[in-house]
Amino acid sequence: MKKLIYLSLLSFICAVSIVACNDDSNDVTDNPDLVAGTGKLTLKFDNVSGTQDLKLDSTKYTNSSGEDFTVSTLNYFISNIKLVRDDGKTYTIPQDSSYFLIRESDPKSQIVTLKQLPEGNYTGVEYIIGVDSLRSVSGIDKRVGALDPSGDPEDGGMYWAWSSGYIFLKLEGVSAKAGSANNKFYYHIGFFGGYDSKTVNNIKTVKLDFGGNKAIVSSENVPQVRLIGDVQKVFNGPVPISIAKNPSIMFDFTLSSNAANNYKSMFSFGEITPNISAQ
Amino acid sequence: MESTVLKVLRFARHTRIFHQVLTMILPFLLFNCHTNENSKTEAWKPTPLKWEKPANFPDPVYNLSKNPLTVEGVALGKTLFYDPVLSKTNQISCGSCHIQKAAFSHQGQSFSLGIHGQLSKRNSPAIQNMAWNPVFFWDGGVHDLDFVPFNPVQNPVEMGESVNNVITKIKKTRGKNSVNYPEMFKAAFGTNEINSIRMMKALSQFMVTMVSVDSPYDQYVAGNDNALNIDQKEGLVIFRKNCATCHAGELFTNYSFKNNGLKPLKTDDTGRFDVTRLNKDKYKFKVPGLRNIGFTAPYMHDGRFKTLEEVMDHYSENVIKSETLDPILIQENGKTGIKLSKEEKKKVIAFLKSLDDEKFLINPTLAAPKVSAF
Repeated sequence: MKKLIYLSLLSFICAVSIVACNDDSNDVTDNPDLVAGTGKLTLKFDNVSGTQDLKLDSTKYTNSSGEDFTVSTLNYFISNIKLVRDDGKTYTIPQDSSYFLIRESDPKSQIVTLKQLPEGNYTGVEYIIGVDSLRSVSGIDKRVGALDPSGDPEDGGMYWAWSSGYIFLKLEGVSAKAGSANNKFYYHIGFFGGYDSKTVNNIKTVKLDFGGNKAIVSSENVPQVRLIGDVQKVFNGPVPISIAKNPSIMFDFTLSSNAANNYKSMFSFGEITPNISAQ
Repeated sequence: MESTVLKVLRFARHTRIFHQVLTMILPFLLFNCHTNENSKTEAWKPTPLKWEKPANFPDPVYNLSKNPLTVEGVALGKTLFYDPVLSKTNQISCGSCHIQKAAFSHQGQSFSLGIHGQLSKRNSPAIQNMAWNPVFFWDGGVHDLDFVPFNPVQNPVEMGESVNNVITKIKKTRGKNSVNYPEMFKAAFGTNEINSIRMMKALSQFMVTMVSVDSPYDQYVAGNDNALNIDQKEGLVIFRKNCATCHAGELFTNYSFKNNGLKPLKTDDTGRFDVTRLNKDKYKFKVPGLRNIGFTAPYMHDGRFKTLEEVMDHYSENVIKSETLDPILIQENGKTGIKLSKEEKKKVIAFLKSLDDEKFLINPTLAAPKVSAF
């Protein structure tokens, strides 16, 4: 009898410790729709200029105002990613794992790997260009990975320390039309709506469907979805932007929101590589 | 896993080795959740630092529960604060422009020299009582103490360095004749990993300890009637009537942004407008606290006034009318400024000097350590 009590006590301890471990290992929360699984999918952000591939510094492109330009920097934040399945259900990537900085100068940064996905056939994706306002005002413990404010603003940094906000999209380059001393143009587009005083809100949501195609996520299948980002769209949109008129756009709310309204339609669906797991 | 364990036990209970098996398995079961991280934190025992809210102060704004003060964290923060490794040229530290004997402002300097002899845009403010500050810098661009140091470090005319590069530099320090930062980070945070979160938390910890609350005024508030002389007591009454709308409470500011009628300099600094881009905020600057005001000359966001007499004369005689001038500085008769007699101004200044806390200037726990990265 003594042994029996001993044993039941032991199994109770076992159960408690195992439950406790499970608690630690699973940090997936707040998914109103589908719950996490074990699948994987990658998004490949492929930047172009119109019909041409984007090449830094070398290739000259022309915008809709007829201005030539080369691109020296193209960086943007992608965040708050949500995938849509063919049954209409969605899966939201846990927020702490959903901030990515895409940099044209760094091919690795252009592949975004989404893990712990529920299996299924995915037909579309939604995300934010930029950083949501809640994260823009969160404490320093939440500023890890792509959100680390430590970068050098002169060298690809994406954080405005003076106003405590992220630059959502940074496009810099050279144009004969820039009219600045070094012919450079600088477009740093940010502003999440302001902390205590309302600023413009340039957070843009993108919704893309895969044009009837399906990215099949299963235990054997890791699909890659190529998304095309067209730098021409920064200039060409509802209110076209001329390099000659505005070689620098940063803090002017009107110009900055014009640029954001233009580039919010810069992304389109490319194609799906059904399975890259063997690569 | 559970069932395997039970099977083993079911088998074992019929044997003599039951108890041995049990003794072997039990510790494993109890501790199998503990990761390496946990075993590290078990060994790491920083010394908590008690921080007390002064009786006459409101509750702090800074969330100490997210960054509890420790002796090791504060020591690290202090070392970083005084280390010129934070600047591009390794010549300028936070302490270069925030000097203790000037209540951590820049004594005598309207603007301060940054790297390569460049001038700062605004007057270096006093660093004191930071835990109560809901908004930082003259234009209020930062709301959280943990994000303050990014500004001077990354400002091209101040320290001109990236925090990333500071981290790269201090990772290489190894002690002997210099600081051993990896060891200091380990003592403060449990491992020798150096990242921006830890660096900012350490700096915040040190800045939170920079509390000034031992002025004659504080003694007066605490019940020592003799701490202020008659002029100072009268000055306090005049001050409360004429100045305390903005310079409110025990920290002598309501942390609002005001245009106090200064004529813009050639540089045309538009202040709060830089952050909000709202025309109504043009030429507005944060209302500064007034503690230790006797040590923080020159005054105003551009350090244009050398003495408190000049400051008082500005408010009584020289307030310039403009679109965003604070309405409180327009009198009923339409005249600008605050109506104060010569005698009243003198008494206000006498009172202001009672906000000077000399012990703060010589507090050894806030003084520069003898070591740096070099």
